[in-house]
Amino acid sequence: MDNASTLNKGQQVRRAANPLQAEGKPPMSNEHPYPEKTVGAPFVDDPKMRMRDVDVFYGDKQAIHGVSLDIGKNEVVALIGPSGCGKSTFLRSLNRMNDTIDICRVSGSLHLEEQDLYDPKMDVVELRARVGMVFQKPNPFPKSIYDNVAYGPRLHGLANKKYDLDEIVETSLRKAGLWEEVKDRLHQPGTGLSGGQQQRLCIARTIAVSPEVVLMDEPCSALDPIATAKIEELIAELSESYTIAIVTHSMQQAARVSQRTAYFHLGHLVEMNDTDTVFTKPQHSLTEAYITGRFG
Amino acid sequence: MDTGNLLLLVVVMVAVAYYMGRQRSMALARPLGGIRHLHSLPFYYAMRAALWCAIPALVVLGLWLVFDDSFIRTLVIGGLPADQLPASESARGLLLNQINNVASGALPVDSVSPAVAAAAERLGHLRQISTMALAVAVIVVGMLGAAWGWLKISPQLRARQQVERVLQVLFMLCALIAILTTVGILMSVLFESIRFFGKISPVDFLFGLKWSPQIALRADQVASEGFFGAIPLFVGTLLISAIALIVAVPVGLMSAIYLAEYAHPKLRAFAKPALEVLAGVPTVVYGFFAALTVAPFIRNLGESMGLDVASESALAAGLVMGVMIIPFVSSLADDVITAVPQSLRDGSLGLGATQSETIKKVIIPAALPGIMGGILLAASRAIGETMIVVMAAGLSANLTVNPLEAVTTVTVQIVTLLTGDQEFDSAKTLAAFALGLMLFLTTLALNVLALRIVKKYREEYE
Repeated sequence: MDNASTLNKGQQVRRAANPLQAEGKPPMSNEHPYPEKTVGAPFVDDPKMRMRDVDVFYGDKQAIHGVSLDIGKNEVVALIGPSGCGKSTFLRSLNRMNDTIDICRVSGSLHLEEQDLYDPKMDVVELRARVGMVFQKPNPFPKSIYDNVAYGPRLHGLANKKYDLDEIVETSLRKAGLWEEVKDRLHQPGTGLSGGQQQRLCIARTIAVSPEVVLMDEPCSALDPIATAKIEELIAELSESYTIAIVTHSMQQAARVSQRTAYFHLGHLVEMNDTDTVFTKPQHSLTEAYITGRFG
Repeated sequence: MDTGNLLLLVVVMVAVAYYMGRQRSMALARPLGGIRHLHSLPFYYAMRAALWCAIPALVVLGLWLVFDDSFIRTLVIGGLPADQLPASESARGLLLNQINNVASGALPVDSVSPAVAAAAERLGHLRQISTMALAVAVIVVGMLGAAWGWLKISPQLRARQQVERVLQVLFMLCALIAILTTVGILMSVLFESIRFFGKISPVDFLFGLKWSPQIALRADQVASEGFFGAIPLFVGTLLISAIALIVAVPVGLMSAIYLAEYAHPKLRAFAKPALEVLAGVPTVVYGFFAALTVAPFIRNLGESMGLDVASESALAAGLVMGVMIIPFVSSLADDVITAVPQSLRDGSLGLGATQSETIKKVIIPAALPGIMGGILLAASRAIGETMIVVMAAGLSANLTVNPLEAVTTVTVQIVTLLTGDQEFDSAKTLAAFALGLMLFLTTLALNVLALRIVKKYREEYE
């Protein structure tokens, strides 16, 4: 994969946006009211996940304000925005990881295909098997590489025989592009791998349970540029079989890997559109200010 | 001047040295334009002067106190006329005691021979001189040190690093105290044990199946021949400890899991200290709880089921001891479980694991070294525990693994061997040291074994 071309694409985006900055629109917060409705095209036909009017509260503090958006089948959606804007909070509510935080409360309608995620009858365990998650910091279990990948399949009884399990482990590691590097040391601890390898191991672990959606919470923020490039390549390949939502701090990364991009600002979804449109012709002044680097 | 006053004087001198050092460094700094032109803060110059005063003075004081007594004794003994000098070492000791008593006024002067009276006077005189000399030496050395520390103060002096080095040595000495104490205890036990093994063969001791340390203390006494087989004691110890661990490990571990993973923070803040109170109950209280409540309860329960239960049983002692050591397991396990990073929990939950699956498959393996540490601590407590066993399990050295019978443990036997008037070189008393040594070696072996196991199976997280 030519990293140079992907990097160039990001730089072109920056350059296209820069003239706007030169015109000198001051990024005063008063001049950027939140839109009544999200600008752009947050909805798609026949979505994989459908979220409407989602509010998330931490105690009395509201972290997400009425966010509505769709995630289409087999597409990569990037969630971008300045720190503390609620991207990760929103992402974690998509497979109910927020349940582990006592004071966190989610309201609104969130659906995975026809299933209501917050239905009291919803089986959270099954939901998390269908909507997997990759975290910001690589968090392999302190077990062998093999046991890390086999963890999910064993939990859910996906393999009856050792042979089947071996196959799942190998396929998952191949899909995560890690097989060639670790096939001779499957029984060594996963924590002994490099940071980038650990993160690919975590991706392999996630896809080993065959999820339908993979949520990624800044998966490259702890990695060096080469490891990042590998993960980005991997995301492109994975989008053929999985639906992916990725939170990222890097606008270049969003531009490189995603088909659609959502821009969050202080808990509001300001704008969502095709990635190219968001980066070349942002429709809202907040989005424009962010992608041209005036804050964030 | 006595030692207490002398110490007080040293403290005053050190305080003065500190103050003077501080003043001098400030005075040096003023023409330069403030203390930032000094190499170190005034505190370090002052500290250095104070240390120069304190360390030499205290070293002189310490050495003097250590050697002063034996030096004076040698002088007094040497001053005795040759025909008064007893030949044997112990008779010489007795004579010295007599001289001492006369000098301190416990014995009237006219009740002893004139040579002894003269010696007593010499002793008193020498002591007086020594005390005076000590006071002078300490004051002079302390003042010289302080003066040196004060004179050397200059803006270039690296007082900060020097104080640092002194502190380093101080810390090292403190660490050394703990280690040396352990070595000292081990040595004293070891030497007495060697004397014991001179009387009783190690094979009889280590592999003997009968424990009955009743031997004739005097030649004319009628007594049974002693048996010093330690096996029944070790079996009793292991039996009671095993019962205690069977109670404490599951209960402690599961309560730790509950507190760390499930309990609401408010409940945890209350429940954890409450559990730790268990460790603060004196063991003698546990002892009568075991003897008066648990043991009769077990006996009645056993009888109602048609079992023959002794009124003092290993089971009663083990159960109560198990309750006592629950906090050792639960408190340490709780700490290490809480220390497992949240990211590992998230990873497991994110793959669709339930909370208990996460605990079983990820958290416990990651926390295993700490949990083993807690269990080990609990086990050493159980092995070393005496009071509960004395009161609840009895003194009879039965070789049995039946928890319903009375047994005894190594520690209990050590207590019974050493209480009362005993001749200190009889096999009976010396046996206590041999038992102590064995106990020490057993716990050491357990420690090493557990460390090995932990090293092999630990799952290291970053």
